[in-house]
Amino acid sequence: MGGILFFCGFLSIFTTIGVVVILGNQSLHLFNREQCVQAGGATAEEVFCGHATIGEFLTGTEWVPDQLKFGVLPLVFSTAMTSLIAMFVAVPLGLGAAIYLSEYATPSIRKTLKPILEVLAGIPTVVYGYFALTFMSPVLRDVLGQDTVRTFNMASAGLVMGIMILPLMASMSEDALSAVPRSLREGSAGLGATKLETTIRVVVPAAISGIIAALIISISRAVGETMIVAIAAGASPNFTFVPFDYAETMTGHVVRISGGENPYDSVGYNSIFAIAFLLFFITLALNIVGRYLVTRFREVYE
Amino acid sequence: MGNSNYALQAKNLNIYYGEFRAVTDVSMVVERHKITALIGPSGCGKSTLLRSFNRMNDLVPGARVEGELLFQDQNLYSPFVDAVEVRRRIGMVFQKPNPFPKPIYENVAFGPKVQGIRKKSQLDDIVERSLRKAALWDEVKDKLKKSGLELSGGQQQRLCIARAIAVEPEVLLMDEPCSALDPIATLRIEELMRELQEQYTIVIVTHNMQQAARVSDYTAFMMVNDKRSGELVEFDMTEKIFTNPADTRTEDYVTGRFG
Repeated sequence: MGGILFFCGFLSIFTTIGVVVILGNQSLHLFNREQCVQAGGATAEEVFCGHATIGEFLTGTEWVPDQLKFGVLPLVFSTAMTSLIAMFVAVPLGLGAAIYLSEYATPSIRKTLKPILEVLAGIPTVVYGYFALTFMSPVLRDVLGQDTVRTFNMASAGLVMGIMILPLMASMSEDALSAVPRSLREGSAGLGATKLETTIRVVVPAAISGIIAALIISISRAVGETMIVAIAAGASPNFTFVPFDYAETMTGHVVRISGGENPYDSVGYNSIFAIAFLLFFITLALNIVGRYLVTRFREVYE
Repeated sequence: MGNSNYALQAKNLNIYYGEFRAVTDVSMVVERHKITALIGPSGCGKSTLLRSFNRMNDLVPGARVEGELLFQDQNLYSPFVDAVEVRRRIGMVFQKPNPFPKPIYENVAFGPKVQGIRKKSQLDDIVERSLRKAALWDEVKDKLKKSGLELSGGQQQRLCIARAIAVEPEVLLMDEPCSALDPIATLRIEELMRELQEQYTIVIVTHNMQQAARVSDYTAFMMVNDKRSGELVEFDMTEKIFTNPADTRTEDYVTGRFG
């Protein structure tokens, strides 16, 4: 039995290591091999070649692999923008829902609402993607004006992504709040604190490490989310800070490029590995920061 | 008994959890600046009764109280009374020490801050005064920024007492405050209760009859009746309860024949 369990653990670790090695190895191809493209499209005969540098990759503001422009910032900013919008929706609403469920709802309401919330988490993201494109975008365009908001835009993708993440944020925060012992609530009430004061001053601070964990996992989820942004945010890189503009995210770009014909070791092929590796780094960094914050703010109750 | 002598007066108090009547028809008086002990076997409703004295039972879904509980001539269960305000004036110390996972200073300053006191100097004052009254100041004055949870069990309980008296309640309810403590820590809390008695009225629930005999002025003995509901069997001066009780059930209990 121990052997089987060891194999299970080993397999998942081995897979992770394998993914990191292949991802890192392939992504290096972009930088240590000469990249060649045919100027003027695939039919043209003239061939341009050049080298991508890591410096250009991380600081450049133009991403046009066909012209050997490998600045990843437009994709990174678009990812950051959609994630930020998503968090503006998911964090306050998710935390509010969690506080309601854990502190205010009667047991029967909680028993009904929590499963519904968890069903919401099970909706396929492609459904959310079309919801963003065919509902959220038209609504935004009607409200803010057809000229302000483009058909494909980061705002609608971000808002819907926030709705998608909301159950995760709410459910994890609710678990953290419910884990706070009742004795702390009673202690606070016994000192003449109202329910709201007890919630804000005692229960939420006591659950803060769990809430931060929920936050970090939600951000990671937003950064890694693919389908919604691929469908609704736009299908070409755009270095912009206007949320109502189209702009392709890192994941959106990877999924679009990898869908087409991309021969091994071609420019497109190598470039998406580099993006994926950077994405991996971002989520890894987020998880490390999250872990640090969780231990930093941990208030052990007993 | 004149109005000014009692801190709390229960008149035909009945406490229900849903359909179940946990406490039946209790009438008693808690005298000012005295220590009143509630004793009785497990499940006799003494904690429930205590928690009704500051409307703590309101927090339990389905709990309901009938009858009157007078505090300064006002029925605390009248619909015009705010339970939060009641708990500001009738403080509580719990069975298990439950300091907040915050610094010692913040634990004591919590109540005053909730009441709107913001000035640092005033809070500093209250924190020091309360910790001194709770006989904890000398042990913690150099580590006020440390978490309250780093203290020993007895210190934590004294921190909870300091936290409770920081809001200057008139009555202090203590629900088996020593049951989680060792004998030396218990003794310190008992000494403390005697000191606090000068300024506060104290009601204590205890499992420990020796403790009731040692610290209290009045003792209420409770037992469950045939419907498993708690009843007040006898209420009198502590000395009388332990030496010459009127009811044979009280005598059986205090002499250790059951319970």
